[in-house]
Amino acid sequence: MGIAFESLVTAPQLPSRLACDDNQTGTHLPPRAGFLNGVIVPEQPGKNAIEVRGVRKVFGTGENQVAALDTVSVSIRENEFFTLLGPSGCGKTTLLRLIAGFDFPSAGEILLHGEDIAPLPPFKRPVNTVFQSYALFPHMTVAQNIGFGLEMLGKPKAEITARVAQMLKLVKMEALAARRTSQISGGQQQRVALARALAPQPKVLLLDEPLSALDYKLRKEMQIELKRLQHETGITFIFVTHDQEEALTMSDRIAVMSAGKILQVGTPHDIYDRPAERFVADFIGETNFLKGTVVSKKSGIATVRIASDAMVAAGFPEGFDPSGEVTVVVRPEHADLVADAAKGTVGGVMANVVYFGTDTHYHVKLDGGDNFIVRHQNSRSSAVAFDPGAKVGIVFEDGGARILRD
Amino acid sequence: MADPRNVDIKDQPGFRTIAIICVAVLYVPILILMVFSFNTGSLVTHWEGVGFSWYGSALLNEEFHHAAENTLIISVTATIISTICATLAAIGMTRVKPWHGLSAAFMVINLPLMVPEIITAVATLSFFALIAGAFGLNFGIGNLILAHTVFCIPFAYMPIRARLEDMDLTLESAAADLYATPWHAFRRITLPLLVPGILSGAALAFIVSFDDFTITQLVAGPGQTTLPLYIWNQIRRPMTPEINAISTILLLVSILFVSVSFLIARRRAN
Amino acid sequence: MANVVSQAALFEAKAERAASRRNRLLSTPALVVIGVFGVLPLLIICVYSFLVAAPYGGVQWKFSTDAYLNFLFQRDIFDDTLQFTPDFLIIYLRSFLFAVVTTVICLLLGFPTAYFMATRTPAQRNWWVLLITIPFWSNLLVRTLAIMFIIRDEGLINNLLIGLGVIDKPITMLYTNFAIQLGLLYSFLPFMILPLYASLEKMDFRLVEAANDLYATRRQVLWRVIIPLSLPGIIAGCLLVFIPALGAYVTPLILGGGIHLMIGDLIAQQFGSGRNWPLGCAQALILMAAVLVALYFYVRNTSGKIQHG
Repeated sequence: MGIAFESLVTAPQLPSRLACDDNQTGTHLPPRAGFLNGVIVPEQPGKNAIEVRGVRKVFGTGENQVAALDTVSVSIRENEFFTLLGPSGCGKTTLLRLIAGFDFPSAGEILLHGEDIAPLPPFKRPVNTVFQSYALFPHMTVAQNIGFGLEMLGKPKAEITARVAQMLKLVKMEALAARRTSQISGGQQQRVALARALAPQPKVLLLDEPLSALDYKLRKEMQIELKRLQHETGITFIFVTHDQEEALTMSDRIAVMSAGKILQVGTPHDIYDRPAERFVADFIGETNFLKGTVVSKKSGIATVRIASDAMVAAGFPEGFDPSGEVTVVVRPEHADLVADAAKGTVGGVMANVVYFGTDTHYHVKLDGGDNFIVRHQNSRSSAVAFDPGAKVGIVFEDGGARILRD
Repeated sequence: MADPRNVDIKDQPGFRTIAIICVAVLYVPILILMVFSFNTGSLVTHWEGVGFSWYGSALLNEEFHHAAENTLIISVTATIISTICATLAAIGMTRVKPWHGLSAAFMVINLPLMVPEIITAVATLSFFALIAGAFGLNFGIGNLILAHTVFCIPFAYMPIRARLEDMDLTLESAAADLYATPWHAFRRITLPLLVPGILSGAALAFIVSFDDFTITQLVAGPGQTTLPLYIWNQIRRPMTPEINAISTILLLVSILFVSVSFLIARRRAN
Repeated sequence: MANVVSQAALFEAKAERAASRRNRLLSTPALVVIGVFGVLPLLIICVYSFLVAAPYGGVQWKFSTDAYLNFLFQRDIFDDTLQFTPDFLIIYLRSFLFAVVTTVICLLLGFPTAYFMATRTPAQRNWWVLLITIPFWSNLLVRTLAIMFIIRDEGLINNLLIGLGVIDKPITMLYTNFAIQLGLLYSFLPFMILPLYASLEKMDFRLVEAANDLYATRRQVLWRVIIPLSLPGIIAGCLLVFIPALGAYVTPLILGGGIHLMIGDLIAQQFGSGRNWPLGCAQALILMAAVLVALYFYVRNTSGKIQHG
């Protein structure tokens, strides 16, 4: 029925290290201190929870072959809130499904604590998923849903009851334990889905755009909730979203994906301030793109001549040697306006002023013909007002301009 | 968006009248039939008094008992077998990766619905005559049970398949994600959610078998009278309102099962 | 690395094959039952139609095309020439006519009804559907009996008319063509309404609003928008009425009294008092051929869209 999970006979036995059960004979694991009492000691601190090595996933055959994932590799650390970010169709959900076990890679390995789990069916992987549609079992109560994973693992009834109670408290759903899942609100369903996935204490938790169905306010609340849960449980969270704001606020690290490839992996700060590729710069936040030619380089800073013959000092990614034609990116908030065009790095004419309440965006037509946006945060003492048609100068912050890896 | 159906603009003139006429036309004859079953007089057309006397005599009738017994044996057995077969087939054929011969299998399952009953009846008769003649095999009432099972399967199949198609596929993924083996996922998630469809299919299969006349008449051997056949026999004798009473009983059984099937379908939609 | 690459992909392929095998296995019981007791009998009557009739019913295993010959011709016992006997052909044509008339009238009555039902509120719609579903699944024999009950000489209509003084003697309605036609209409009206309703219920009524917004009158909306959109349902309903009507058995049996034969009771007669099984088989197969032709047109009109999987 859509999922191939048949040949369990020949699948390798789940290595004891990967078993969810802490009390396996022959392994020494630090006892779990319980979810609610602060940080849990992770198994192997500092090591990678998930390693994706050269994974490819193709659909279809022959000429109609489509590569949903085109040789991606990434390492996700223990106790990390890791986000896969990208537009629809970029492959982020495919990658998540491969990690969960709902699909198998056409090539490559997926390692969980060093063991390749790619050939394992989903019910043999100590990885749990929070689905976009929640996928709560409609014929069971909230409590039964949450306890389902533990039931399938054959845990004793007493333990299941205790853990379910713990989970209910964790997501603040104690009052609704006996309700049918069809009778609770969307936000409540989301929390039940979360509790259900956390109850079996998986090594890794996968979240497939879990907040997309929630309204704005609820989504903001849940973002904080999820972050808190990740900290408290110490479980590695792999989060999939197309909302860059969400990614920036919640993640420890982000992998930006497009068309089946991972373009850049880094902290939110890295991704935003030092985008390496054009797509990353364009997808995250607003960016100004300036084409130019490299004139000189010195100790990590290149001087670029842009269209209006202005010279811009720009940083560049490590390991990349810029020369010739390059694209320079500048974030709108990393530039400022000066009334005297001569005092700016670049000169231009004010085309449009757009007021946003918190900010004002100034659309400037540069002397060389490029369009440039400058973002100003509005404050009581907003100094000079610029009118459309006025000649202005633009200055860049130190390190505000960066060269893209083209 | 407000349901546009509440706007006048979609009403076509005269359609309401025709609809009411149709419903009236459909129900008046059977209502008359039912009403006259309470006629205590012995002439079918002359109204004497109101009472349950004909129901009494019908229910005390030895032939009626025998026919009812046969009908129940055949219909219940055929329902059970056909529902099991239909459930398994629906699971193997709905929302699965197409396997070799899937479309042919689908056509075979729906075949009894396409072929006019009289053709099926004579074909079945010929078949059982052949194997009785060639191999000496006669299953007695089993012949009828087998014949009924054949046409019950597609009727049981349809609601089960519909239920499977409506089912959220991610539920099974979720079950597997939560350490359920395929068998456990089926038993704890798929099957419980499938039960309304199975019950609905069983109800339909039962009615269709219970009400069957054409195939039963041609295939039945001596002593294998069912309720519809019993009524047919009564028609050829001087008619009394007893026939109305028995007909009413049959109608009430149909109405009961249809309503039950309907309610099951309605409940899951909520 | 190469080993690991193929392991997961191989695993997937193997799992898929196992799943297909399992699905085939699950479908087997149903297919065996229908195959052996449904399809095989049909093949058997094909064979039987080429055999010779046995004196007291059944067949003799001698090849002969007499059954098909007898459909159109009769052998003169004296000079062994073939004479064209249209009796059977007439019955087939009459049945065809009955079926066509039934289909057309059911459509004329059923379409407005279905449309009306589809334009009710959801709560009302459920009641209407239940109302139509009940006769749909009720015993056909009993329903036909109800009609007989009303139109026979001592039946309700005649009693009423005589009682009101409109007529002196009962009008003979039973055992006429009229009776059979009426019975067919009564039997199959729900068979037309439900598929039509299913199709109309799914229709996007905003299109009707849009048409109206573009100055279409109610009549134009009906003919230019609603009917074309509900064509699949119309075709399905027609098929669901035409085919069973063509092969009707109970209706002519009860309301025709053996005098006005349709194909259905003609075939049955060969297996009863007619004692000519091969002829009955041949007649059944000719009916089957007509049904297949109708089905062929249906499949063609719906672009051969067979739903499976």
